[in-house]
Amino acid sequence: MKFYRIYALFLRHFYLIKSSFPRILDLIYWPTIQIILWGFISKFFTMHSDFYNHTAGIILSAAILYDFLFRSSISFNMLFLEEIWSRNFTNLFIAPLKVSEIIAGLTATALIRTLIGMVPAILLAAPFFGVSLFNLGPSLILLFLSLYFFGITLGLLVVSGLLKYGPAFENVAWSSLFLLAPLGCIYYPLSILPDWLQVIAKTLPLVYIFEEVRSILLNNVVNYSNIMTALLLNLIYFSSAVFIFYNSFNEARKRGTLVNVGE
Amino acid sequence: MNQFAIEINDLNKEYKNILAVKNINIKIAKGKVIGLLGPNGCGKSTTIGMLLGLIKPTSGYVIINGQDIETNRTNILGKMNFISPYIELPKKLTIEENLEVYGRMYGVKNLKLKINELIEKFDLTNFKKRKTGELSSGQKNRVSLAKALINDPDILLLDEPTASLDPDVADYVRGIIEDFASKNKTTILLASHNMNEVERLCDEVLMMKKGQIIDKGKISDLINRHGRKNLEEVFLKIARG
Repeated sequence: MKFYRIYALFLRHFYLIKSSFPRILDLIYWPTIQIILWGFISKFFTMHSDFYNHTAGIILSAAILYDFLFRSSISFNMLFLEEIWSRNFTNLFIAPLKVSEIIAGLTATALIRTLIGMVPAILLAAPFFGVSLFNLGPSLILLFLSLYFFGITLGLLVVSGLLKYGPAFENVAWSSLFLLAPLGCIYYPLSILPDWLQVIAKTLPLVYIFEEVRSILLNNVVNYSNIMTALLLNLIYFSSAVFIFYNSFNEARKRGTLVNVGE
Repeated sequence: MNQFAIEINDLNKEYKNILAVKNINIKIAKGKVIGLLGPNGCGKSTTIGMLLGLIKPTSGYVIINGQDIETNRTNILGKMNFISPYIELPKKLTIEENLEVYGRMYGVKNLKLKINELIEKFDLTNFKKRKTGELSSGQKNRVSLAKALINDPDILLLDEPTASLDPDVADYVRGIIEDFASKNKTTILLASHNMNEVERLCDEVLMMKKGQIIDKGKISDLINRHGRKNLEEVFLKIARG
């Protein structure tokens, strides 16, 4: 083994990382996010250890719903990344496709991709763990819709970043949702967050969705104002994401990055 | 009816204070095969990118078949196509699947018939069920060309269509381009570093250097004007001059 060859290989990756802010960010925020998320979960269980005792399955229901959100977003990103990895990217943008058609195509395909992954998991949760998402009743459809649109919104924002900054933004694609997980109050109520973080968390539809899931499963009460707030916020975020996507497409045309998409 | 397939007017493209394309004015009549020549980095790809609407000009405009690419991009792209060795088709899809996907994107009628016709024309019958990623570079090139012809384009932009091909396959591909151009009266803009290819296929040539068109005309006129024996020598004179 020769040190200089090992060093050369190290340099190849070091130069790549140091020239790319998204890659540096990726290295830093994974551990940070994990610590924050599990810190809040631990705090909650320390303070309210009997909270879930009588309601088996809240954690698993939340995990399944969160995974649905995660899959929706990742599916959207994956469909776009596949085009970059296969070097087919330019072919798509020289085809007579409108930007709106690209968004619609990715959105519809992402749903099918998500359902292929999630339906078996949802069905298996009942016989294996005695947890059925269908306990959430008809409002489950609205909760799924809300989660799906938030997932697609995040997907659109990541794809906008890919268009604008190139494949270096790929790392953000994998971790965008984890950044929001601590604020989304998926496994614990909003009240566990510090006051100043609650203000930020309330701007996310996730808080209303998961508060509602706990409310239905714990109290058997459907609060449609939570569901409507989540849908309204989703509408605002989704419209903004579409606007940002168009803007990134125009920026990419100005920068010429639609022609050469590389490292 | 507009007699020009491509009109480029006062076209400029600037990246971070570097002018990649400087004040280009070109008119290409319908049905002509035009070579776009110049050394690496002279602005050929940027110009092609602007013709395809992939790159937004800093100033100036591009008219394709009488329509501005900035405002009618989707309509125009429906009757154009492009190949380059730097872009590929999805590797995990078979030849047939790739042609079907793009045929549908371009709204091709009688698609199955068209796919079969192209597969036969490009001698791909034995591989049509094979994944594109498993093909040799020559076979991949033929599939890309088949994809580029799937919509019977009025305008075809070819960026080094025979790069990395062996002489036999390259000759075969040139034959197909020649045949397609003459039968369909397609306007072709060919960017190439292979001067024999340009001499064989092109009616006229545009010479680019440092983002500008510095000479243009029929190949024989260029050779005479520069006092050289062939196009390659003209290219070298201009590139080194």
